[in-house]
Formats: sequence, structure tokens, C-alpha cells
Amino acid sequence: MIGIEHYIVVSAALFVLGVLGIFLNRKNVIVILMAVELILLSVNINLVAFSAFLGDLTGQIFAMLVLTVAAAEAAIGLAILVIYFRARGTIAVDDVNRMKG
Amino acid sequence: MIQTLAFYLFAFMVIASAVMVIMARNPVHSVLWLILAFFNAAGLMVLLGAEFIAMLLVIVYVGAVAVLFLFVVMMLDIDFAELRAGFVRNFPLGLLVALILFVELFVGLVAHNAGGLVPGSAAGAIDTSGASMSNIEAFGALFFERYIFLFEAAGMILLVAMIGAIVLTHRQRPDGARSHQNVGKQVRRRPGEATVMKQPGVGQGVEL
Repeated sequence: MIGIEHYIVVSAALFVLGVLGIFLNRKNVIVILMAVELILLSVNINLVAFSAFLGDLTGQIFAMLVLTVAAAEAAIGLAILVIYFRARGTIAVDDVNRMKG
Repeated sequence: MIQTLAFYLFAFMVIASAVMVIMARNPVHSVLWLILAFFNAAGLMVLLGAEFIAMLLVIVYVGAVAVLFLFVVMMLDIDFAELRAGFVRNFPLGLLVALILFVELFVGLVAHNAGGLVPGSAAGAIDTSGASMSNIEAFGALFFERYIFLFEAAGMILLVAMIGAIVLTHRQRPDGARSHQNVGKQVRRRPGEATVMKQPGVGQGVEL
């Protein structure tokens, strides 16, 4: 019988893979954005699993809000990526210091 | 039995495609593996009885976000081999951090199973077992009544993101013109200067 633990383990593995992806592809900002999407997906699986096993629909509402924010984040991130590429001709992000922050 | 089988199929495919997302040499392949991961996550959510969120995953992630990634990856002319330079060097540290993180999450799960915290049903929870109404019906009833302000906040976030993306990527033409079209010139055009009548004789061509 599949319990909530199984879903939590899948979600944890997905989260950890997202973090590992950020570590491994430190230069390639496109893959970093994809890893962030993986992390948000794992959060969604967690929310929906708890929502289903506790019999409370609120978790699914929050999963949808996470989905909304993920879509907005991807759009803004890719827009910043495009203008960064226009200005620099590369997307290597390990030495981004244009704003001297 | 079939539920267990389906769960392990979807879970294995999600994890495997997530590994391929971060390991693939070519970012285009990464995006395609990401789409597979989203499809299988949608399968997991169908197993949980959250059909609406599952369909939303397919529509929003696969239909919009993944295609956006694909557009950007294919439109920018990027040397991806150069970007993978630090991959091997970062591998041990990344693996260590990932391992520590996973063990921590797992220890939390084991500690929870050992007893203690018992999650009960939240106050005023809406039953999702599907006995009285379907998942999407209950979702809509909850979302548009109790969480209506969150719904509007989500709409505002999407609006701000859309305006932000357009403002960031909109490029003025260097000569100051708004576009290739000159509306005034188009409006000023009259039939007399646009067309000519010709009466070509038989066997003769038309001089243009």
C-alpha cells in the first residue's frame, strides 16, 4: 500500500536533485532555472500529497499558487537572461558584476 | 496492486528524468527531459486524486513554461561546451551537499514515523474523497469563495510578470522609428498614384 511516506520521499529526492543541479551547472543559467522549476515541482508534489492524505483541499489551492509564481518567475528569469545575453554575448553567470552589487 | 505499480512507474520516471535534466550535455535535451518529468508528476497527482492540479501541470508547465525555455535555448546562440567547464570540479561538493540534504529530509521522515506529531484534519476542511462532488468542483468552491483574495493576488502577480517581461525585452529601433510602417504615408496614399490604367494592343507587351 502506498502511503504518504512514499510521496514525501519522491518529493525529497526531486528537491535534492534540483539543488544538485544548481551546484553542478553554476555557469549555465538556463539549467539553473530548470533546476528551480524542479524544486518548485517537488514542493507541489508535497503539498498535493498532504492535501490528499489529510482530506483537506487547501493544499491544492496553495499548489496552484506555487504554480502561478513559478510561471511568473520563469517568464521574468528568461527575460533577464535575454537582455543579459544581448548586452554581454554570453550567459555565463559565475562572474556577473555589472551592477557592482 | 495497479496503484502500487503505477506509483512506482511514475516515481521512477520523475526521478530519472530529473537526473537527466541536470546531467544532459545539451540544454535542449534538458528541456525535453523536464517535460517528461512534468508529465510523470502529473501522473502522480492523478494517483492522489488531484485531477485539476495534474491537468494544470500539463497545460501550464508543458504548454507554456517548457516551450518558453525551448524558445530561449534555441534563439540564443550560446557555446554550451564552454559553460560546462566547472561541471567535474563542482561535482564532489554538490554531491556532498545533496547527500546531506537528502539524509536530513529522510531523518525527518523517520522521526515522524517513530511517533509524536499526529496530523489531524484541519478545521473546516473540505472533503476531497469525491463522494459528494468532483475534485474540480470542490476546488472551485473553495478557491472562489474562501480564497478569492489569493486568486486576485495571483492574477496581479501574473500581470506584473507580463508587464515586466515586455518592458525588459522590448527594444527601441536605433533610428528612432516605432516600426517599419509609416502610418501617415499609408493614409496619404491615393488611388491615382498607386494604380495606372493600361490599354495594351494585341500582340504587344506592357511597358512598366
